[in-house]
Amino acid sequence: MQELELKNLYDDFRDGETIKAYAQIIAEDAAKLEKPINIMEVCGGHTHTIMKFGLPQLLPDNVNFIHGPGCPVCIMPKERIDHAYVLSMQPDVILVTLGDMIKVPGSNGSLQDARAKGADVRFVYSPMECLKIAEENPDKTVIFFAIGFETTTPMTAVLVEQVILKKVPNILFHINHVTVPEVMVELIDSRDVHVDSYNNQIDAFLGPSHVSVISGSKIYDKFPKDYGRPVVVTGFEPVDAMQGISMIVKQFVEKRCEMEVQYKRVVNHDGNIKAQALIEKYFEKMSLFRWRGLGNVPDSGLKLRAEYAAYDAEVKYKDVLPIAEIEDHKLCICGDILRGMAKPQECTIFGTACKPTTPIGSCMVSSEGACAAYYKYGNLI
Amino acid sequence: MTKTITIAHGNGGEENNELIKKIFYKHFENDILAKSEDAAVIEDGKLAFTTDSFTVSPLFFPGGDIGKLAVCGTCNDLAMMGAKPKYMTCSVIIEEGFSTRELEKIVKSMKTELEINGAIVVSGDTKVVPKGAVDQLFINTTGIGTIEHKGITASGLKEGMSILVSRDVGCHGATIFAAREGIELESGLQTDCASLYPHIKALMDADINIVALRDATRGGVSAVLNEWAKTSDVCVEVEEEKIPVLDEVRGICEMLGFEAIDLANEGTFVLCVGKEDEVKALEVLQKTHTTAALIATVTTQHVGRVLLNSSWGTKRFLDLPTGELLPRIC
Repeated sequence: MQELELKNLYDDFRDGETIKAYAQIIAEDAAKLEKPINIMEVCGGHTHTIMKFGLPQLLPDNVNFIHGPGCPVCIMPKERIDHAYVLSMQPDVILVTLGDMIKVPGSNGSLQDARAKGADVRFVYSPMECLKIAEENPDKTVIFFAIGFETTTPMTAVLVEQVILKKVPNILFHINHVTVPEVMVELIDSRDVHVDSYNNQIDAFLGPSHVSVISGSKIYDKFPKDYGRPVVVTGFEPVDAMQGISMIVKQFVEKRCEMEVQYKRVVNHDGNIKAQALIEKYFEKMSLFRWRGLGNVPDSGLKLRAEYAAYDAEVKYKDVLPIAEIEDHKLCICGDILRGMAKPQECTIFGTACKPTTPIGSCMVSSEGACAAYYKYGNLI
Repeated sequence: MTKTITIAHGNGGEENNELIKKIFYKHFENDILAKSEDAAVIEDGKLAFTTDSFTVSPLFFPGGDIGKLAVCGTCNDLAMMGAKPKYMTCSVIIEEGFSTRELEKIVKSMKTELEINGAIVVSGDTKVVPKGAVDQLFINTTGIGTIEHKGITASGLKEGMSILVSRDVGCHGATIFAAREGIELESGLQTDCASLYPHIKALMDADINIVALRDATRGGVSAVLNEWAKTSDVCVEVEEEKIPVLDEVRGICEMLGFEAIDLANEGTFVLCVGKEDEVKALEVLQKTHTTAALIATVTTQHVGRVLLNSSWGTKRFLDLPTGELLPRIC
């Protein structure tokens, strides 16, 4: 068998000619649309792809994007970021987390600031690296501050399992895993208290790709069926995104409303059953999880099951962890952006008070947030 | 400015510039410093003068070590002003308990690199500090060189000029990320760490009129192009598909969510020449690295900004990298 190189996974999916061909197909189909359509890309990875590769510049005026809440760092409410900060400041604690999380400012500062003040904060690419850190620092407590959607949850579950099997005495967990379908329902269904309206603008969803590898496309079956919104599960490369958009436009032209999978090379209907079982074994749903910019979303967060409370940093450190909810800056309109009712440029503090180096609202904090992507790549048409 | 210094203030990007401007320039202000070139030009344009400190983890990495880095870094800053590196100082701060053998290995690799540049170390200093006060070994080098090509400046870019890179970009950053504790990747990738004076000499020998020159260290090629666009009040338009990137580097970038053009290099430079010199300059560069490429032209479309053109006809800004480079989450 010919060896598969890493570049095979993306080279063909960035081919300029293919992208242009899809732009042409979309333009021809979109000309037949009866009214403009707004497509929400749920996942922050898609927002990044769409902006980085300049895809809006290739689309006709009647096909628009609404940038969704699928950036695990962006949606963390400030009080939970404060948890991370407080935990990192506890004596003999090493706080471990993923990527961008260390940049997000809470009310006392970010984990980066905590590190500058002497806290031991580390970022890892794989949660399994916690095992090594714990082994090398037997007299310290390693707290894994777990974030992410269905994509990263199994990795945390594997770490929990390893900690239990190997009887590792010095790893605890602070779980902030959230799930995609619940927030999609919230976006369609919920009443926005600020503007007192149900007026979301979402006509269709570009379904997250890596989440779906784990969960399977089955989690989106209800959106065309019960909510009248087509979903096309789409990959992260520009050719993928253009094909996914084209499939959505075709559904509208042909008056279909279905769940389809563009990203067939890795996504199937049932997903990774083993990973799902592992998640089920160690985690249970929180009745409410507060999303930054969106507020409380029922059943959208996960926590360690009660029988694993001994590994739960939220339980062990509950006396020092702040509980009050912290609202975002009054001028921040992230909630409206996430509901598709505003674009980043419409915010009065976008690019002035709120920048990637000094983020005020959730959508600016991570490279996957809509505001950060607009700021970084500009909007050149 | 934030109340405390964070890692982001040393990234070669926006926060780093803020730190330098708001603290150091504010108090050290003078005409030579204000030019903010790779090396200061002193004594009526005869000499170039620069300094750099080196801390890298791990100390030894594929294709180099901190010693090689310490000589290349300073000599390259001189070479980027069209100067021949001549004299250097070498100061080391050593953590108690550091291996003598490793120290000698590092000093030997400094010597090898000095010979390539034709420079000598003429003064130095050593300090040993208690365990934990530094991470193993920090090196500072200061260098002085004689200027052989005058007038190289970041403010010299004009509409119609051409911009080239001396080789494929991002090798050093990708290698260090791959080698650094915590990110375990296997690859045959090596740092690009190298002395650049010989390449600059080859360009001068070929009679190429160098307009601007900069080694793309922290902040990568993005930082250089952004700085040039701002300093020269022009727009730099980059053809994205022409940026040379090795498959291994691209692979690491794809996994971690980086862009090769933002990653640090230690032996890669960006060159601006007039349109008339573009072919000849590329020929000279390609004699050393076949991956050298013409990547951009100077225009006036968005003054002060860098534009990236894709092969499918879209445009976007290429910004200065901000913050600490962190791997993406999923």
